[in-house]
Amino acid sequence: MDQVDFNAPHSMGTTIIGVTYNGGVVLGADSRTSTGVYVANRASDKITKLTDNVYVCRSGSAADSQVVSDYVRYFLHQHTRIQLGQPATVKVAANLVRLLAYNNKNNLQTGLIVGGWDKYEGGQIYGVPLGGTIVQQPFAIGGSGSSYLYGFFDQAWKEGMTQDEAEELVKKAVSLAIARDGASGGVVRTVIINSEGVTRNFYPGDQLPIWHDELESHNSLLDILGAPEPMNI
Amino acid sequence: MSSIGTGYDLSVTTFSPDGRVFQIEYAAKAVDNSGTVIGIKCKDGIVLGVEKLIPSKMMLPGSNRRIHAVHRHSGMAVAGLAADGRQIVARAKSEATNYDSVYGDPIPVKELADRVASYVHLCTLYWWLRPFGCGVILGGYDRDGPQLYMVEPSGVSYRYFGAAIGKGRQAAKTEIEKLKLQDLTCRKAVIEVAKISIYGVHDEAKDKDFELEMSWVCDESNRQHEKVPEELLEEAKAAAKLALEEMDAD
Repeated sequence: MDQVDFNAPHSMGTTIIGVTYNGGVVLGADSRTSTGVYVANRASDKITKLTDNVYVCRSGSAADSQVVSDYVRYFLHQHTRIQLGQPATVKVAANLVRLLAYNNKNNLQTGLIVGGWDKYEGGQIYGVPLGGTIVQQPFAIGGSGSSYLYGFFDQAWKEGMTQDEAEELVKKAVSLAIARDGASGGVVRTVIINSEGVTRNFYPGDQLPIWHDELESHNSLLDILGAPEPMNI
Repeated sequence: MSSIGTGYDLSVTTFSPDGRVFQIEYAAKAVDNSGTVIGIKCKDGIVLGVEKLIPSKMMLPGSNRRIHAVHRHSGMAVAGLAADGRQIVARAKSEATNYDSVYGDPIPVKELADRVASYVHLCTLYWWLRPFGCGVILGGYDRDGPQLYMVEPSGVSYRYFGAAIGKGRQAAKTEIEKLKLQDLTCRKAVIEVAKISIYGVHDEAKDKDFELEMSWVCDESNRQHEKVPEELLEEAKAAAKLALEEMDAD
C-alpha cells in the first residue's frame, strides 16, 4: 500500500467517444477516475450537460475538465438569455470550450469532445484536444483508451448509420478500450442527442461483451479462487 | 419647444421640470436636418439608400461615404454628423469582431443593434459626454433572415420593415408604406429606393447637388453586405429620373 498516493490529482485516464449518425449524435464514455493506481471513483459520469441540446465528454484532469465545462455552462446560460431564449448552437458551445482551453493552455490538462444537436446544422461533434484547437469531425475519440481505437474506428465507422448502429458501435468501442486500457474501466455511459431530445443510457460492467481472454466479472474474488465460503472455515 | 432657454437645456444629466432631456432632443434635430437615409426590408434582403448632399462641387464623388460595412453580413447607413457616425460604426465593428472571436459565429443582427444602442445610450448619461448627433439604420442578414434596425441619438432601437430618417423622412415613409414589401425583391427595391430619394424627397430648390449611395444584403449578394452593382445603380437612377420627368410633365 505504500506506493499508493491518495493525494495525487484525480485524473480521468479515460475512453471518450463522440459519433454522428443520420439524425444526431451518440456520446460515450467509461467511468473510471484514478488517483495514480487507485480507482477513486468507479462509476463517474464523464458526459456532462452544457445546455439542453449540447453535452461534453471530459478527459484528462477531473478538476480542469470540470472547471472548463462549468464556465462554458455559465457562459452559455448568459448567451441563451441574450438570444431571445433560443437554444445555443453546438458550434457556439464548442467555440467557448475552445476559447477557455486555448487561453489557459499552459494551466490545463484536459481534452474534451463536444457533441449536440441544433436545428440549423443538425448533429455535430467537435474535438477540442490538449492545446485548444477545435476540429469538427464526423466522429471523435479521446482519452488514454482512444489509442487502442483508431484502427477500429477507421474500419468500423460508416457514414449515415442509424441510431442503434451508432450506439452499438460506441458501446463496443468503449468496452474494447476498457479491455486493453488499464486507466479505463467500470461501466459504459452513453448520451444520444437528436431532434427529439436527449436519451441517457447506462451499461453495467458485467453486461459488457468480454474480449480476448478477459475474466468474466464476479461478485466476489472467492468465486474465482474456489475458496470455501468464509463461514465454513 | 416652448421652454427653450429656461436653463434646463445645457446638460444631458439634467431633466427639465416636465421630464425631458433637451440635449437629446437637440441631437435629434441634427439628424432631422441631414440628407435622407432610407432602409427597407424586402422578401430576400435589405436595401439601404442615402441621399448624400454635396456641399461643394469640388468634392470628389464617392468620398465621405455614409454607408459603411460592419461585418460581412451587415452594414450601416448614417444620417446626421458623419464623423459621429464613424465612431458608432467603429464600435459596431469591434462588437462584431469580438462576438465572432468569443462565439465563433457572426453576430446576430438583433444582438448587434442592441449593443450599438447601448453604446449610443451611454453617451446620454454623463455630463462630460455629448450625445451622438446622428441616427443609424442597420441592415443585416443572419440565420433568422434579413433584419432592419434603426438606432436614434437617444439610444433607442427598433426593428422595422422600412425606416427613414433625415430631412425627407416623412415623405419617404409615406412612399415606403405604399410598397408591397413582402413581394418585393431587392433588385426591384433598389429602383424604388432610388425613386423615393430622387423625386419623392430631394428638394431641388434648397439642396443643389446630391449623390445617391446604395448598398444591399440579400440572397443575390450571397447574404453579404455590398455596394449595389454599378450598372444596377445607374439603371435605378435612370428609372428614377424618368419617373421624375413624368411627374413634372403632368
